[in-house]
Amino acid sequence: MAEQAQRALTSSHSGRRRWRPQWTARMALIPAMTITIVCFYGFIIWTFVISLTRSRLLPVYKFTGFDQYFRLFANERWWTAMQNLAIHGVLFIGGCMLFGYFLAILVDRGIKAEGLFRTVFMLPLSMSFIVTGVIWQWVMNPGLGLQEAVRDLGWTSFEFNWIVRPDRSIYTLAIAGIWQQVGLCMALFLAGLRNIDPNIWKATRVDGIPVWRVYLHVITPMLRTVFFTVFILMSAIVMKAFDLVVALTGGGPGFSSDLPARFVVDHILNRQELGLGAAGAFVLLCTVIAVISPYIHFELRKERGGRGH
Amino acid sequence: MRYNRLALYGLLALAALMVLAPVFIMVSTSLKSMDEIRDGSIFTLPADPSFAAWGTAWFGDCAQSLGTKCGGLSSSFLTSVKIVIPALVLSVGLGAITGYALAVWKMKGANLMFAALLVGMFIPPQVTLYPLIIMIRELGLFGSIPGLILVHLIWGVAFTTMMFRNFFKTVPQDLLKAARIDGAGFWRLFWHVMLPLSLPILGVAMILQFTYIWNDFLLGLTFGGRSGQPMTVALNNLVGSQFGEKQYNVDMAATMLTALPTLVVYLLSGRLFVRGIAAGAVKG
Amino acid sequence: MNGVELRNVTKAYSGLTVMSDINLEIGDGEFLVLLGPSGCGKSTLLNMIAGLEPTTGGSIHIKGRDVTALEPDERDIAMVFQSYALYPTMSVRKNIGFGLKMRGVPKDQIDKKVAEIGDLLQISPLLDRKPSQLSGGQQQRVAIGRALVREPSVFLFDEPLSNLDAKLRADMRIELKRLHERLGRTIVYVTHDQIEAMTLATRVVVLDKGSIQQVDTPENVYRRPANRFVASFVGAPTMNFIDGRIMQDGTDIFFDSGSGGLPLVGLPEQVRSLIGRPVTLGARPEHILFDDGGAAARIILAEPTGPDQYVRLAVAGSEITARCGPEQSFKAGTDARIMLDGARISLFNQQTGQAMTAD
Repeated sequence: MAEQAQRALTSSHSGRRRWRPQWTARMALIPAMTITIVCFYGFIIWTFVISLTRSRLLPVYKFTGFDQYFRLFANERWWTAMQNLAIHGVLFIGGCMLFGYFLAILVDRGIKAEGLFRTVFMLPLSMSFIVTGVIWQWVMNPGLGLQEAVRDLGWTSFEFNWIVRPDRSIYTLAIAGIWQQVGLCMALFLAGLRNIDPNIWKATRVDGIPVWRVYLHVITPMLRTVFFTVFILMSAIVMKAFDLVVALTGGGPGFSSDLPARFVVDHILNRQELGLGAAGAFVLLCTVIAVISPYIHFELRKERGGRGH
Repeated sequence: MRYNRLALYGLLALAALMVLAPVFIMVSTSLKSMDEIRDGSIFTLPADPSFAAWGTAWFGDCAQSLGTKCGGLSSSFLTSVKIVIPALVLSVGLGAITGYALAVWKMKGANLMFAALLVGMFIPPQVTLYPLIIMIRELGLFGSIPGLILVHLIWGVAFTTMMFRNFFKTVPQDLLKAARIDGAGFWRLFWHVMLPLSLPILGVAMILQFTYIWNDFLLGLTFGGRSGQPMTVALNNLVGSQFGEKQYNVDMAATMLTALPTLVVYLLSGRLFVRGIAAGAVKG
Repeated sequence: MNGVELRNVTKAYSGLTVMSDINLEIGDGEFLVLLGPSGCGKSTLLNMIAGLEPTTGGSIHIKGRDVTALEPDERDIAMVFQSYALYPTMSVRKNIGFGLKMRGVPKDQIDKKVAEIGDLLQISPLLDRKPSQLSGGQQQRVAIGRALVREPSVFLFDEPLSNLDAKLRADMRIELKRLHERLGRTIVYVTHDQIEAMTLATRVVVLDKGSIQQVDTPENVYRRPANRFVASFVGAPTMNFIDGRIMQDGTDIFFDSGSGGLPLVGLPEQVRSLIGRPVTLGARPEHILFDDGGAAARIILAEPTGPDQYVRLAVAGSEITARCGPEQSFKAGTDARIMLDGARISLFNQQTGQAMTAD
């Protein structure tokens, strides 16, 4: 023991300052920091720069100002995609939140086999959008799918051919999307419901308030931050939506179910319209920022509030 | 009260049925023959279940294919495995270390960097797609498995970092102080104290990263080239190919095969998956 | 100097100075208690001694060695935390041995030391358990064991007993005192509990708002508080304060609050020079004597606590608390006669709050 204390003394008496763990901590951040700075923010700037050029197949740095943006905004397919984004966004986010919350309430009512139901509702979540798209493409196949199956049952005038109808195909995206993501919403709402102080329930029972009223007037307002979070997460999913369109409708018929994310990838990878694609990507990014910035603000404020006690 | 309970279970059963129906249709279609599919309904059980379509989906149908490859999913399954495992380990590892450094070692700018990462999680991959292509090409990794691993590492690290950082933030300060007085530096504190503490989160991050990477389509499509096609891309190609009559049973078998690994992981991990999704989403 | 020495230690957070010019000498083998309300800076001070928080200015010396720039593990200290801070994933054995392992001590020596500590603290049967399987008191012992095993020059305790229930706390207090007597090591101990401070300390440092109010033995801190803050913080029920003057009427000395007088008996000769000057009188409940020759005080409430009773009284325009034995009976609304024990009361400057002594 004595020699050990001695060693502790000599090591620090040797004059040389020991390597500080804080320096290691700083070095450990380098890889993630490089990724963040270069691959996130650097590349965003790069994409923006490309969007100011007339690059087509390869990037050429001849600047044309905001020409690509004018072209983009004059592009009919872009507007279809943006309009679809709005329709799909409203239906998908609204549907997910509505059904998700409803399922969460059902599961939270103290049911038997809760684990089983939860597992079932979240099952599609483990599958990829591609898988989801392919399954639903088959289910909605007008020749052999749901429409035919219902007609075989005797309802011969039944029509469910949305996937091949330009004016309806965008709605099929929401159906498949909700099927896949409703479990996530349910899980988040359920976590929120479980966080509610059980005494609230006791109090409302003592007061004799009907259950549905409790949910409507007490519980739902208490979950507003959860609603907010779910909304943001679902929005992020909608903005990125690419795989599902590709697998389900291929953007078609025509471009009737195209989405901006697919527009961008298509123009960058297949159409040799790099500049236009970059402009589309940048507009997409701006949309995302507009939606999530209140959330980031909220998160960081929570962070600061949490530390400064 | 009794009727209420009945209605409750009725609604739950209906919802479960609606969620499970497409899965059932996928499985049953994959076990049918094409004749049965043409004549029957998607809701009927296969009269004579056969795994023939699964075989075709896995090994390919050499009579129908044009090139030397038979078009089965087996080779892309291997590709997916080769991508997922290293990408999973690297992204979770880097996320754990970064999250630990950010949460435990108070540094100037740590919060700023965390905010930057948090925002990064929401950036649609399309926005940085082209510069990333150039970077991967310049590194000579385009169309290769290492290239895809690197891309998944880049796209995964924000998420894993957030999970670990939020977890490590909940570790009591006293514990860290005790470890420093005991003489544990950066790595030894991580290895002996923090990592053992974070095993549940480690499991959650592993499961979610496995699911995300396996299910990725866009990155595989963009960076895989011909030799690095993961299973989702191969599935999409198989289903989208226009040659001959469409074989829906093969399509569904292929879909099933693609979905199976994540489905199995999900069913085996159950609670962890749920917990991870809730923790990762609500806190972050 | 063989213990711990703080020279002009300053602490600022983002430009805001929270402690300035702290000077303190802690002798070898001393049991020094840092006492103060929450937010007084006592934990910050302890963390600075430990090296867990950097100092903004000044220097810290342990065993004559300047450790200001050293890492915690280089300072030859050990620390026990309020939350015990045991490593949850390690067994008790590993918890205790972890510090030695990090220092590269061979395994057989670690095992030997851990076994010794287990015997000393009577936790040998618990060595292979996980912290979560232990009671609060047992966890506390393990935390102490983890500190003891390295045999450092200085032990730092950060409110180690505040998570225990009252009974256990009293037991652990006695054990800590014995441990200190047996090992004779320097201990710096942070607490907000004055009983711990009074019973354990060889010297007490009373802190408030980042500065030292008084450094003295527990007896002196109680008997001769340096200022009103110390006087009111130490002692329960708290000291009674009355503003007024000491007056003399022939041979009778009494305290005049302006709305009534209280007889003072046994006032020391040297304090008589303060007669007639405005002062704040501080009288602890036991300094108030029930005596038929005293002034009339209206009884508001009597609180029996078992061994004592506290009597709330209205007298000379203020309310005060007196302490007396349980055998007397008091009836609210009636009068009692009281006087003050002049030999034990404290006097403070009305403006500065500093204790006044005869000049």
